[in-house]
Amino acid sequence: MPATSSTSRSGTSSVGISFAGIEKRFGSFFALRGISLQIHSGEFIALLGPNGAGKTTLLRIAALLAAPTRGKVQYTNSEHLVQPLDTPETKRQLGMVGHSTLLYDELTAAENLTLFAQLYGLGDVSVRVPNALETCGLGPRARSLVRTFSRGMRQRLAIARALLHGPRLLLLDEPAAGLDRQGLTWFSGTLERLRKDGCTVIMSTHARNESLDLASRAVVLAAGTVQDDSGEQGDPRPLLAALRADA
Amino acid sequence: MSTARSAAILLAKELRLEFRTRELLSATIVFALVIVVLFSFAFDPTAAESRRYGPGLLWISFLFAGSLMLNPSFARERLNDTMDALRMAPISPFAILSAKMLANFIFMSLVEAVLVPVFSVLYNVSLAGVVGQLILVLVLGTIGLTVTGTVFSAISSHARLRELLLPLLLLPILTPLLIAAVEATASLFVEGPELDRTWVTLLAGFDIVFLTASWLLCDYLIEE
Repeated sequence: MPATSSTSRSGTSSVGISFAGIEKRFGSFFALRGISLQIHSGEFIALLGPNGAGKTTLLRIAALLAAPTRGKVQYTNSEHLVQPLDTPETKRQLGMVGHSTLLYDELTAAENLTLFAQLYGLGDVSVRVPNALETCGLGPRARSLVRTFSRGMRQRLAIARALLHGPRLLLLDEPAAGLDRQGLTWFSGTLERLRKDGCTVIMSTHARNESLDLASRAVVLAAGTVQDDSGEQGDPRPLLAALRADA
Repeated sequence: MSTARSAAILLAKELRLEFRTRELLSATIVFALVIVVLFSFAFDPTAAESRRYGPGLLWISFLFAGSLMLNPSFARERLNDTMDALRMAPISPFAILSAKMLANFIFMSLVEAVLVPVFSVLYNVSLAGVVGQLILVLVLGTIGLTVTGTVFSAISSHARLRELLLPLLLLPILTPLLIAAVEATASLFVEGPELDRTWVTLLAGFDIVFLTASWLLCDYLIEE
């Protein structure tokens, strides 16, 4: 596979990913049927499609949370293929916001972020965590248990957790779910900053979402296959407009 | 980051979660006490009968308590898919597994610390002079119970009938451990107690085998 990495403004290399003939089967059910897709570093992909199209499964495979039944996933980093995939160095490059919050309800917001900051071996945890909480608007609730949070607050914290270690490949599965208008504005601003910084973003959604305007490419999945792809140099707007019309 | 450091961070998380909610500990201690008290009423044991049946009753109580405690160990990571977040973190799978094992060992030891004195009083068994040796047997037995139980909790956590599956998987595997633990404990309850080293060696061997197996298989245990 050709090297596809770039270097961001901050000087940190971005991560690209390629899927080659990815097939995922759950028993007799095919969630993905031979997906081949090359995503270059720094791209912002809108992964579109109805429920059951295979978006979440593809993102979980990209996040190394699920293994494909058949096919190959490869990462590129600083013009090199990353081999093997499942290493701490690769995992440090990945961030994910999933359907669930991936947070502990019985820990406070600050304790959740501190836990993951420690697990990622981040420095300045005592500074980084309060900053992350302030940025996502949860500073005043830092010492509150997550179980006392509303859906939107949990989602903000989930996004803050995914961004805490500065991932270079961000995988977002319906990330705007539960966010109010203020939350959506903060989220769009955050994504815009990440895009300018050269972070590769793959965001799945089945509904209209302000953040989609940031997408540089749109890929439509249907029944586990790539139905449409605006391409690296193509214009994603017709596909995004179609989604909005459907919504 | 080293596996030990990651495990320590995760162990602190496990302890904080449990001591904040006390879900597992309180339920398990009450359950184990109920078993011991019920048996004491059923048998109304004399000192001689206690020496004969006591070790078995004690370890059955630990086993039932352990089954109750170990089941949610991995299952509660499913609540918000927090296991996904741990699996994505740049840490060894064995750090995740060993933190769970250590936490379960600490919780089980606390249950035993409450249960053994109650057992001693209810069953008229004197522990004077054998406390150190009994602690050795309890530690070795509890390591085996929690290591094996944590491994099978990880395996059964994906199953729909996990509450049923864990004891079904666990009990046959634990049979050699239980026999060794009961025999070693019985050697301490007789008049003129002397720790039977054969059973202690078997307990230690069981622990080593299952700890090694869990280390070798942890990648498969933690994956989806």
